[in-house]
Amino acid sequence: MDVLTLSRIQFGATIAFHYIYPPLSIGLGVLLVVMEGLWLKTKNPVYHQMARFWTKVFALTFAIGVATGIVMEFEFGTNWATYSRYVGDVFGSALAAEGIFAFFLESGFLAVLLFGWDKVSRKLHFFSTCMVCLGAHFSAIWIVVANSWMQTPAGYKLVIRNGMERAEITNFWELVFNPSSMDRLFHTLCGAWQAGAFLVVSVSAWYLLKKRHLDFARAALRVGLTVALAASLLQLVSGDISARGVAKNQPEKLAAFEGLYNTTSNAPLTLVGWVDEKNEKIVGIQAPGMLSFLAHDDAHATVIGLNNYAPEDRPPVQASFLFFHGMVGIGFAMIAIAALGFLYFRHGSLYERRWLLWILVFSVLGPQIANQLGWFAAEVGRQPWIVYHLMRTPDGLSAVVKANAVLASLILFTFIYFLLFAVFIYLLNDKIQHGPDDADLIPSGKLALPTKK
Amino acid sequence: MNCCHFDLNTIWFILVGVLFTGYAMLDGFDLGIGALHLFTKDDAERRTLLNAIGPVWDGNEVWLVTGGGAMFAAFPNVYATVFSGFYLAMILLLVALIFRAVAIEFRSKQPMRWWRQMWDIGFSAGSLLSSLLIGVALGNIAWGVPIDDRGEFAGTFLGLLKPYPVLVGVTTVALFMMHGAIYGAMKTEGALHDKLRVWAMRSIIFFVICAVTLTMATLLYVPHLSARVRENPWLFSIALLNMLSIANIPREFHHGRDWRAFLSSCAAIITLMALFAVDIFPNLVYSLPKPGNSLTIYNASSSPKTLGIMLVIAGIGVPVVIAYTVCIYWIFRGKVKLDRMSY
Repeated sequence: MDVLTLSRIQFGATIAFHYIYPPLSIGLGVLLVVMEGLWLKTKNPVYHQMARFWTKVFALTFAIGVATGIVMEFEFGTNWATYSRYVGDVFGSALAAEGIFAFFLESGFLAVLLFGWDKVSRKLHFFSTCMVCLGAHFSAIWIVVANSWMQTPAGYKLVIRNGMERAEITNFWELVFNPSSMDRLFHTLCGAWQAGAFLVVSVSAWYLLKKRHLDFARAALRVGLTVALAASLLQLVSGDISARGVAKNQPEKLAAFEGLYNTTSNAPLTLVGWVDEKNEKIVGIQAPGMLSFLAHDDAHATVIGLNNYAPEDRPPVQASFLFFHGMVGIGFAMIAIAALGFLYFRHGSLYERRWLLWILVFSVLGPQIANQLGWFAAEVGRQPWIVYHLMRTPDGLSAVVKANAVLASLILFTFIYFLLFAVFIYLLNDKIQHGPDDADLIPSGKLALPTKK
Repeated sequence: MNCCHFDLNTIWFILVGVLFTGYAMLDGFDLGIGALHLFTKDDAERRTLLNAIGPVWDGNEVWLVTGGGAMFAAFPNVYATVFSGFYLAMILLLVALIFRAVAIEFRSKQPMRWWRQMWDIGFSAGSLLSSLLIGVALGNIAWGVPIDDRGEFAGTFLGLLKPYPVLVGVTTVALFMMHGAIYGAMKTEGALHDKLRVWAMRSIIFFVICAVTLTMATLLYVPHLSARVRENPWLFSIALLNMLSIANIPREFHHGRDWRAFLSSCAAIITLMALFAVDIFPNLVYSLPKPGNSLTIYNASSSPKTLGIMLVIAGIGVPVVIAYTVCIYWIFRGKVKLDRMSY
């Protein structure tokens, strides 16, 4: 394989693996704030027990997230050095801001969150939990801003320095609020909240099925289902906003998502199906006019097709189509599952419906798969560009790195990541089997002191 | 020195230097504890030392991540040339950092002997290898690496393992071991504390031998590094301060003031990094055999506008970071006690 293919596989694989963890940190971060907040408000010790238990899971995901995150920062330089020279002025700024505003906050207060239970007062501990959650969200902001700049560059000019062209900032706020950044941030965060909430739902449902830790599981399920339903509904809104943004800012990407070859008015939306690339058409069930309506608020509006672009400027159609539709399908399924669970929970009959509890147990996979597919769709749909309409992917490679070096690192990362994943699942399962600590029902140390007026 | 006009490029040279110095000073003791980890015999000692760095190692590593990010933003050409040029070394560093990070988190989660031994080795080897590689990378940047006319690295992986950079690498390991042992002594009590003090003294000797050898090698074989100090003899005071800080460590130990010994060790690291910065300025990567191709703070930097924006970001962010970092160290002050939340 050539160095381009290997580098793309390596970047894709390492970021896909990394992306299992940050959404869990962000989502669990929100749930930890809710749980601890409820404990402070209601003084019900079961919320304390809950916060303690989920803090341990949080620590596990966070450690792997940090370890695999450094790889991402290094890879821009090791494998995509020409790209780094080209965008360093713009993209590097966002990364540095992420370090200063997000990572320090997150990792600093994590110390208090994990180890400070008996050392600081309840309020200070709660404050630390909030700061960790905020830090996790800040990191999402800056990295999504950086990635969105690659999708819809803004606030820059092209300049020749030392005989090489590169992008330089002209307006920092235009860079931060580039046309797609806020839509995509909202979309990413909703996905992260879903990932965290459905993990809590899944584990709680499993305890109910196994008739273990019942009080704990019921209370956690209530919190988890509420956040899961809210996040899933918000995700519908944000998905709609994002798709409109893609239609406006990256029309060939939307065309690839929907497999639309000819520019047409009354463009159909495919509900289920696949792309017949040879004959340039869709095989499947379509809703006429829906795509025009969703993209432009008018069933008769014209949607631009792939044939408007030269073949070498089009994204891979089949892959973009399938990733995108897979994500959307799971998104709707998550709404249905969360709503069903929530309704039966309110009705009080959830515990008897074992089939639904089993669905809830496996629901944890939904957001994870949808998050991965969504990123694949976003990044594959941007091809053949590494920076949309500015730099092609092959032009961003490191000039001096050879294929055999990348092959060696790819094999190394694959091996290590499989090992890490196996250990992660093993330890996660171990924590779930062990369950919440009954000792946590009785606060100890400074936490045992009454809150001061 | 009469050449001091502080333009943005110089300020960013200093700021990136501050971030990497922060990294060496803070994560240095984590790495040092890791390097000493296998010398401890029983599980309780290992856990005590792990929990001494438990609440802070993660935040300490962020200094490296942010330093890397700042390098990317302020001097993208250096970031691109060094990371792609030192490809295999960087991948090895990543592997070492990954193993070290997850080993701390995973080690004490299971009681089995094989499990703990596996992660003990991962933690220790990862720490040693990271310290060594970081030192070798700095050594190469100082000694000089082949840079072609496009500003790309033109050497090989094995070419990076010249004696001088390897000596810098070993010195870094010694420095971090000394720093780690002192930090460990500060955070422990009883038999382990006494043991760590002995180790601290031994690693001081190890470090001083390395440092003296390195100084002689620098004076003899790397004339471009000592040029600035030769022209401005007063800069020699930085080296003197460094030696005084090292000499102060046994004195503070003798008086039982462990935390002051630790501060001395920090001062030693700061002065070393300052000396390094003064020696290489204004180069960031020295080019050998063609010094004309060196990457400097001017030909490798971002635009003045970006450097200005980044300065505002750093001006807002860094003081806040330092403030809460100090608070967190304050919360976790004192000797380590193992409890049920411990690693």
